[in-house]
Amino acid sequence: MRQARLVWRKSLNAVMLTLTGVAAFGVVAILFLILGYLIWNGGRSLNFDFFTQLPKPVGETGGGMANAILGSLKLLFLAALMGLPVGLLAGVYLAEFGGKVFSFVIRYTTDLLNGVPSIVIGIFAYTLLVLPVKHFSTLAGGLALAVMVIPITVRATEEFLRAIPGSLREGAMALGASQWRTIATVILPAASGGIITGMLLSLARVAGETAPLLFTAFSNRFWSPGWTQPTASLPVMIYTYAIAPYDDWHRQAWAAGLILLGLVLLANMGCRVVLSRRGITRSV
Amino acid sequence: MSTTSTTLEHAAPPGAGPRAFVQRLRQGDEVAHVITLVFAAVILLITSLLVYELWLQSHLSRAKFGWAFFWTSTWDPISDDFGALPFIYGTLVTSIVSLAIAVPLGLAAAVFLAELAPRKLSDGVAFLIDLLAAVPSVIYGLLGIFIVVPLMRTVIGPALKSVLGVLPTFQGPNYGVGFLTAGIVLAIMVVPFIISVSREVLLTVPRDQREAALALGATRWEATWQVVVPWARTGIMGSIFLALARALGETMAVTMVIGNNPKVSASLFAPGYTIAAVIANEFTEATGDLYLSALIELGLVLFLMTFILNGLARLLIVATERGGGHPA
Repeated sequence: MRQARLVWRKSLNAVMLTLTGVAAFGVVAILFLILGYLIWNGGRSLNFDFFTQLPKPVGETGGGMANAILGSLKLLFLAALMGLPVGLLAGVYLAEFGGKVFSFVIRYTTDLLNGVPSIVIGIFAYTLLVLPVKHFSTLAGGLALAVMVIPITVRATEEFLRAIPGSLREGAMALGASQWRTIATVILPAASGGIITGMLLSLARVAGETAPLLFTAFSNRFWSPGWTQPTASLPVMIYTYAIAPYDDWHRQAWAAGLILLGLVLLANMGCRVVLSRRGITRSV
Repeated sequence: MSTTSTTLEHAAPPGAGPRAFVQRLRQGDEVAHVITLVFAAVILLITSLLVYELWLQSHLSRAKFGWAFFWTSTWDPISDDFGALPFIYGTLVTSIVSLAIAVPLGLAAAVFLAELAPRKLSDGVAFLIDLLAAVPSVIYGLLGIFIVVPLMRTVIGPALKSVLGVLPTFQGPNYGVGFLTAGIVLAIMVVPFIISVSREVLLTVPRDQREAALALGATRWEATWQVVVPWARTGIMGSIFLALARALGETMAVTMVIGNNPKVSASLFAPGYTIAAVIANEFTEATGDLYLSALIELGLVLFLMTFILNGLARLLIVATERGGGHPA
């Protein structure tokens, strides 16, 4: 009887432990499945035209997504221009100046903003920049992405500034430097590698965002001059092409997916390797 | 006296008074303080403005439908009659389905990574899983349309019907798109979050807890399941809440595979709709003011749902990381 129970416990142990391993490798397998499938389908569809041509009118095959690539870059530029300075300086405030209560409020709000679904951020940018002027614009899309960049940058900046040893601060102050000089010439340069990595990660994350662009930057089958016209972007193109009924569009959606995923994953891998060398495993 | 960075932050020099303030002003410290403070306040401003705009722009809909918005299931843009029930239902059902798949899978993987795998392997796999979390949602949607939907139509759906076909949840026609498909795609998307947070939490469980259980003759599995996991349960709950908040707000992947049909159906095979998906699909087509206002009110509902869940999740994770509730 006891013997039987022992056998049961031991086999349960073996079965459950095996299952946990299967689960872990199953999830990792999904990553390779996604990568493999995208490379297989996207690689076949990728050609030189993809990078240089405008989309062809409906019904004609061929064409590319040059305007969407440029559009995505413009949107990311706007997001960086508006989001990164706010995130950086707010992070400096939290790490270097902040009092107790106000810092808590800011940290809490930052987390809250980080958790807002991206589609709701899209509505927000729509009410601010599209509703008053009655047309979609690159600017509105950039604003939506910037709002998403801010919370990630804040947390990364604060974390890296706090990781700078106190002796560095004391050394600078002992030499008579004022607090802001210490921050600007000693602390920030010392933390710059980590902070820049954090910023890149935040841009990599919003680069793939589709939902907030649907009704802010909208889409465009042509070049979008200036900043006040609707613009195409890679994620939105993937979406519209994937749900369309044309095989040639599906082919191009795969190609765009491959490019987008490749860029996002490369940025992520690079950043995470740099971060883990600095002993930080979880920052974003 | 050893001055650490934390005490320096409040470095009011001894005898801080008007003179010290003037000196700090001349050195630029106060200016720098105020500038960074302003930027920190911008975050507060953006967030309050976001809530204010959602509230303000949804007033037409709130005034016309009141609380009935939440339990009416008509969605008729032509006669300007809007109810949120099918969307709230779809959002909840897809999220629950995704958690039903992702929680056992994620927890098992986290247990393996934290308890069994050698540290190097565990870190390597965790790195790959973090990459999985970085894949943009539109890519999951793309794979959902071209892999999961056909698979659902030909393999998963018929299999479920033949085994569990007596349940009302697995009856009715199977189009390939629907609640279950959306739930599966969502599960793949949230599982990395459950794994990475749960693994971190499990790694904080003190060694002697495991050793005590093993010394009493427990098998490895018993030590893990009856001692280590219960110790970390609040943190694991936190990771599940985070995953749920993400599943609720997820837009693109769901929009591409749910079928976009505003109906409350018991069958998981039926096409449905979620809050985020209806906003994504209909926002640019919303012609009337009331139509737009109803969509924005849906956005407000979604915001409040994720707001509450995120708050709870953070509380739980903080509580476990401090070892809260456990006599250390």
